[in-house]
Amino acid sequence: MAAVCALELRGVEKRFGDTEIIRGVSLEIARGERHAIIGPNGAGKSSLFNLISGRYAPTRGSIRLDGEEIAGARPFVISRRGLARSFQVTNIFPRLSVFENLRCSVFWSLGYRYCFWRSADALRDAAECALATLEEIGLAARRDVPAGVLTYAEQRALEIGIAIAGGAHVILLDEPTAGMNRGEADHAVALIRRVSEGRTLVIVEHDMSVVFGLANRISVLVYGEIIATDVPERIRDNAAVQTAYLGALPDA
Amino acid sequence: MTGAAAAGERGAGSIAPGRHRRIGLLVAIIALLIVLPHLPGLQSDFSRSMLTQMEIAAVFALSFNLLFGQTGLLSFGHAVYFGLGGYATIGLMRAINHGLPLPMLLVPLAGAAGGLLGGVLFGAVTTRRAGTIFALISLGVGELVYAATFMLPEIFGGEEGITASRTRAAIDLGFPLASQLQVYYAVLLWSVAAALTMYAFTRTPVGRMGNAVRDNAERAEFVGYNAQRVRFIAFAMAGLFAGLAGGLHAINYEIVSADAVSAQRSGAVLIMAYIGGAAYFIGPILGAIVITWLQSSLSDYTSAWLLYLGVFFIVMILYAPSGLAGLIVMHRRIARPRALAGVLVAYGVALVPLALIAAGAILAIEMSYRLSTQPELGTRMRLLWTPLDAASPWPWIVAAVALGGGLLLFRPAVARVASAWERASAQG
Repeated sequence: MAAVCALELRGVEKRFGDTEIIRGVSLEIARGERHAIIGPNGAGKSSLFNLISGRYAPTRGSIRLDGEEIAGARPFVISRRGLARSFQVTNIFPRLSVFENLRCSVFWSLGYRYCFWRSADALRDAAECALATLEEIGLAARRDVPAGVLTYAEQRALEIGIAIAGGAHVILLDEPTAGMNRGEADHAVALIRRVSEGRTLVIVEHDMSVVFGLANRISVLVYGEIIATDVPERIRDNAAVQTAYLGALPDA
Repeated sequence: MTGAAAAGERGAGSIAPGRHRRIGLLVAIIALLIVLPHLPGLQSDFSRSMLTQMEIAAVFALSFNLLFGQTGLLSFGHAVYFGLGGYATIGLMRAINHGLPLPMLLVPLAGAAGGLLGGVLFGAVTTRRAGTIFALISLGVGELVYAATFMLPEIFGGEEGITASRTRAAIDLGFPLASQLQVYYAVLLWSVAAALTMYAFTRTPVGRMGNAVRDNAERAEFVGYNAQRVRFIAFAMAGLFAGLAGGLHAINYEIVSADAVSAQRSGAVLIMAYIGGAAYFIGPILGAIVITWLQSSLSDYTSAWLLYLGVFFIVMILYAPSGLAGLIVMHRRIARPRALAGVLVAYGVALVPLALIAAGAILAIEMSYRLSTQPELGTRMRLLWTPLDAASPWPWIVAAVALGGGLLLFRPAVARVASAWERASAQG
């Protein structure tokens, strides 16, 4: 028997009313793999993330995290099993300081749960975790600023920070470099490469230089179906992928 | 990880002096509260009773803010838990009156238990949703419990309420609750303990997550927390401390009736928290002090006091939505002698149109009130130290001129304040 996958999807479907968004996606992502999901706008990439992370329940199909079924489980249950995610549209705690955003993201994973008998300020490990992530995402100077007043790029960095702070072993990043300029994106990619070391990463990304620079394998999602999953070089040469992106190519 | 460790050191270093100053301030406040009822002008039973009411209102408003400011839950029925605590306490006081060997000093614990029980029971249902749905359900629960107090007179005593004595007890621990001064100190003890505990709660992991759920409940779920559970814990805590406040109320008045759970009390606590500043921990305390003072002194001067309270509330919402605490924080930022002086001068100038508007409005309101609601008292009255006749046109003309002139002068005065603020901030 092969090693258990970090993430395994079998025949996952999602429909909203009559509209079928995801039409039978099957996917295996090995532990430690950096897997990119690409595809044209509206292909269902973010929807797929929403199904995996528990934002929506799939209509049909199975999703396994480390071999355990998580399809339809609520987000906090999946998060506790060690899967964290970031969002395409920035989704932070706007009135909390940057530091508090990160500290709130590590409480559960450090085992503090619904603790109401200890001061959060006395929990050194929570502060250290938050500060380490703060350094990692380059926001140390903005530590005490309310997250809502950060610049767009800073909020994007914090968005990634919240996802990685808790030490999850499977991380889903939904267009982490969206809206960043070249320099910021390069910085973010270096960060993602660093923090995904020894973890499993699934990333949705439009920027092909990011995708081909980062991923071990790539899946192409078109109209809710995966039309190809392969290593980057073979995806680049895949005719079906080229058709999906560029329209039908004339026969040469 | 050396970078992170260094940041940790920096963090710890910057927290320490602030903490020392805060503890010093706390000790000073407690010392002030201890001598307060002995200061000249505050030695009468009336004043001491008002101070006691302020303490109770402060605990109640802080408990409300565990929901509103801290967890983002706007409750229109928080008096339910105050009242349940009050009824639980008055019941225990009656048992002590009939010989149960417990000291009266401890009866607020029954209030806390009653409030917690109510919070757990109703919280399990109401915290499933946040936002508007939560607010509407809280309103429904409030009406339900208010109606129940009339439907179950054996338990709640109906409109007359339930009475008990706070002095008839077998044990008093050397601290009987006979005089208003003794009650003040008993309530002070409980209030300080409650306020500190509530503050500590907001600093715990689940308290911090309450803030996170307030800001973004969805994201909180993606970092491992069940938002509903976080809301429920905050709700139970808020119920506990509202119940404690109800228990203190029972000791202070020796009676608990349906008004303890009324929508009016639920509304008053909301106003206190909002006017004081819900975004700051101490805000509700300030609001409780101001509103309690208005309730008990303004009502002596005018029967239109609720109208003034309403105007005050609206003005605060429109022009100082961060409340009294927000105003204080705002001015601390420019608290340097030269900067502050410029702003204060502008305030002084703005006071003229404000006083004119206030005088005109008060004249018109008081005369209308007299004519429409108290015709039996006649049209002759004294207002702002002046005798006048509401039947003659002159005081009305004066009111109109004052109001109009004040409004006319208001705009330039506001512009002056704004530019003074700009200069003050620029100097920083």
